Amino acid sequence: MNTHKLKQKAIDKDFLDEIAHLPGGERIIDCFQCGTCSGSCPTAHVMDHTPRRLFAMVKAGFREDVLNSNTYWYCTSCYICTVRCPRQIKITDVMYALKRIALKERYVRRKNAAGAFYSSFVDIVERDGRSFEPELMVRFMLKTDPTLLLKNAVLGLKLMKHGRLPIRRNRIKARNELRAIIRKAKSESL
Amino acid sequence: MATKQSYIYYPGCSAEATGKPYEISARAVCEHLDIELKELADWNCCGATAYLSVEDIASMAVAARNLAIAESTGLDLITPCSACYITLSKVDHYFEDYPDIRTKINNALSAAGLEYKGGVNVRHLLYVFSEDIGMERLSGMVRADLSLRVAPYYGCQVVRPFTERDSPDVPFAMDEIISALGGDVVDYPLKTKCCSGALIGIDEKTALGLAKPLIECAVRSGADCIVTCCPLCQLNLDAYQYKINKVYGTNYHIPVLFFTQLIGLAFGIDEGRLGLNMNIVPYRPAARAKGASG
Repeated sequence: MNTHKLKQKAIDKDFLDEIAHLPGGERIIDCFQCGTCSGSCPTAHVMDHTPRRLFAMVKAGFREDVLNSNTYWYCTSCYICTVRCPRQIKITDVMYALKRIALKERYVRRKNAAGAFYSSFVDIVERDGRSFEPELMVRFMLKTDPTLLLKNAVLGLKLMKHGRLPIRRNRIKARNELRAIIRKAKSESL
Repeated sequence: MATKQSYIYYPGCSAEATGKPYEISARAVCEHLDIELKELADWNCCGATAYLSVEDIASMAVAARNLAIAESTGLDLITPCSACYITLSKVDHYFEDYPDIRTKINNALSAAGLEYKGGVNVRHLLYVFSEDIGMERLSGMVRADLSLRVAPYYGCQVVRPFTERDSPDVPFAMDEIISALGGDVVDYPLKTKCCSGALIGIDEKTALGLAKPLIECAVRSGADCIVTCCPLCQLNLDAYQYKINKVYGTNYHIPVLFFTQLIGLAFGIDEGRLGLNMNIVPYRPAARAKGASG
């Protein structure tokens, strides 16, 4: 963990409320800083702020610092913090919510590979109704670092040789219906 | 069994690509047990970790489309993929817990003439074997001597946070299955530690750092193979094992099998029908030589 100094000058008094109103964030006010989340988290060592610290920052209104951190981008969604939290805070769900806010408000100042990966994934699913791993990886690599294509050529060949990298994508039949659902859902966003 | 067991089956997108050996072996083993897997009609991607990271209601509505289609059958919805399992379960929980999300999901579904009333029983394939089929029936079907030392690797999302009567930290379902098949379960304390599958494409260095101890722990426990119930975990530990060796200067070559492949082997099902030739680290040589050394 780093001990970055917080940069934000004025605190955002509404931030705690904003998170508390998202599904899973209701109990964030109950966090008593025990650190079980940070101690359990498999990726805490690469985070700017550990989950415990991040929650303290949320409660203190450090919206900018929270959204500029890499903490929630490193959440692998393994849910160990969620099942261990003695205050029943749905920590993983809060991390998801932070990702969504950051993407919507374009908090992508640092090189944001996770955001690029997610949006590549979503583009394919919204188009075909199914994910297609080969296209996803190529799209993502082109978006972030095209040299990854070379670096992963051996992996790709191994998978192909073993019949695990198909060339043809599968699409669902009801693509128009799915797109209608998505359009309507986006107008109902939380 | 008096009546044939039937389930609605949701393969998930990985079943069509990197998770193909899982799909093949799951179907072969279920057919062997006379279990009917009715594939969900025109199912769509659950959205996984990615969609929920970008969109709230849209990701839930897309996942809920599958639940709405499954609902009319009245059967349990089974998926072999831990990521699909957690995503579909999560939407179902959100649907139950948040009335306004329920309304919004159904408003979105109505654009395609669908409605979800709630209450589809979403289950992971692992627990169909451990709970519905049971150890007695499994061990009664064993035809081949496994004599394998096995590290049971569950990964995270099959047991958290919506576990089915198993511990989210120290589950036992797969341990029991391995024992029932005649395998020898080694002590494997990292059985639910995250493999970093969600990060492998995004930050490989960090991801390999999480995957390496999982391999190392299995090897040190004397395991001949790792057995897992998640297509992403399997891909991560199997296909990326050579990268771990490259980065850390190790020489691991421990096979990583799907639990359905292990069941198939114990039942004496032909290896070709279990997709074993699709595993990157070959099962045969390493297991036979008991040479899973690092």
